[in-house]
Amino acid sequence: MKRHTVGSIRQALLHREFSAEEFTREALAHAERENPKTNAYLTFSAVRALAAAEAVDRKIAAGEDPGALAGVPVAVKDVIVTKGLRTTCGSKLLEHYIPPYDATAIIRLEQAGGIIIGKTNCDEFAMGSSNENSAFGPVRNPVALDRVPGGSSGGSAAAVAQGTAVVSLGSDTGGSVRQPASFCGVVGVTPTYGRVSRYGLTAFASSLDHIGPFATTTKDAAALLEAIAGRDEMDATSASAPVPDYAAALNGDVRGLKIGLPREYFEGLASDTGDRVHAAVETLKKLGCEVREISLPHTQYAIAVYYIIATAEASANLARYDGVRYTTRAASSGTLTEMYRETRDQGFGAECKRRIMLGTYVLSAGYYDAYYIKAQKVRALIARDYAEAFEQVDAIVGPVSPFPAFKIGEKVDDPVAMYLSDIYTITGDLAGIPCMSVPCGLTTGGLPVGLQILTSHFSETTMFRVANAYEQAST
Amino acid sequence: MRITEEEVRRVAELAALALRDDEVERMAKDLDSILGHIDKLNELDTTGIEPMAQVLFEAEETATLREDRERPTLSNSEALRNAPASGNGYFKVPRVIER
Repeated sequence: MKRHTVGSIRQALLHREFSAEEFTREALAHAERENPKTNAYLTFSAVRALAAAEAVDRKIAAGEDPGALAGVPVAVKDVIVTKGLRTTCGSKLLEHYIPPYDATAIIRLEQAGGIIIGKTNCDEFAMGSSNENSAFGPVRNPVALDRVPGGSSGGSAAAVAQGTAVVSLGSDTGGSVRQPASFCGVVGVTPTYGRVSRYGLTAFASSLDHIGPFATTTKDAAALLEAIAGRDEMDATSASAPVPDYAAALNGDVRGLKIGLPREYFEGLASDTGDRVHAAVETLKKLGCEVREISLPHTQYAIAVYYIIATAEASANLARYDGVRYTTRAASSGTLTEMYRETRDQGFGAECKRRIMLGTYVLSAGYYDAYYIKAQKVRALIARDYAEAFEQVDAIVGPVSPFPAFKIGEKVDDPVAMYLSDIYTITGDLAGIPCMSVPCGLTTGGLPVGLQILTSHFSETTMFRVANAYEQAST
Repeated sequence: MRITEEEVRRVAELAALALRDDEVERMAKDLDSILGHIDKLNELDTTGIEPMAQVLFEAEETATLREDRERPTLSNSEALRNAPASGNGYFKVPRVIER
């Protein structure tokens, strides 16, 4: 199937080269045919997709605007709820869960003409960096099938990389959009916290969770973000700041922009990764950016802060899976308490249990101040590092991950080593600033490397302008 | 060890998780190694720093309030559709009160 973009689909539809229905049928068949290679999708949604496609065709026939995402096949991470369409969160516990409502992002992307073709595999409840924590098997990286696609939004990244979806939605709590985007060689965006409503995003760590888009280009990722962003009264933390016209900002002009390179982001990098990121920085200089070294001194504490705050919030959020409301109950004839415990023991995988346990521990009597409050204070210091940096520079660039995609099974036995690999992505989530990964070439072994771009709260336009200018210059 | 197997069992009870004996051992080892990394935070003096509970940015004062009006909610049958056991419009659970 030919590679399409949001723009090329729109043109083809408006010139009647194909109908949305024809294109959707072809996209569904292609995705289903290709899926055994990667295991990117858990569920296909032909009925819903074809109904959405017919709506687009009707609008075109009536001469109405079919929407910014008209006819675009979209894959959605299986932690975002879809009414009537199975949503598993990559967990055995929710294998048969059929949500009774749509997430706000889902409603908005369909209003814009987007076609949801399926739900994608992910680490269980978005907890993981390799997609190996899914109860439904790992996803294989389309670039190198013996390697992980990254996580936790591995299926959404793989679907776009494999060309079975033009864009997709993932979620990012500690790097779960940017890291798989970098591993699979696609664009992945974590917007400002609150830019996209979390209503209908299954809660992992509420103060850190973001919905974010994947695409092959910055332009397409920006189009998807624009469609789903904005105030939503169903999420009290969603921001009322107006959503800019992101496409208008993609003018390729980055002359005079001040770019900061945090020295802490270049320690302990794999040499291939460092080379690609440095080459990208040279390109930005040639485009007229002023590059200077900066310091984000509290970076080294970010992992510790994250694994306290995220697990504390997770232990509360995952308390709802108790065998009463969500489809799965352990076959136990015992007491109510035994039913809760058996259901959760059988339902959750090892990583979820580890995080629930850690989160419960750090919140428990005697440890709350030493761990949880301490972490919240250091989180404030990490956020302040960024605030001070953005007084000197317009954007920060660096690596996404210290190394490229690793082999399936390579890191499963060492949870701390897996956690440490999130060092460059976690800080952005803790501060709530927009950040993204844009492909910046391949290692000598042919594995994709991602360039991370970070800007201040609600400065997605600057971030997209830098990413787009870099893409134009490097392709 | 920063955390004992006995503590792991106590936390598992708080978290409503029934861990098997082999899981308890592994959990103690994993949590110990994570807590070892977390100890790093004690290097920092955070006296006088306000804890950051939420990402905050400039917003109008009423940004988090929505209009107080009635709106449609899920029907009883929709709300119960995913329940593993229900009856007479309620979620069913194992007997809690013994006669």
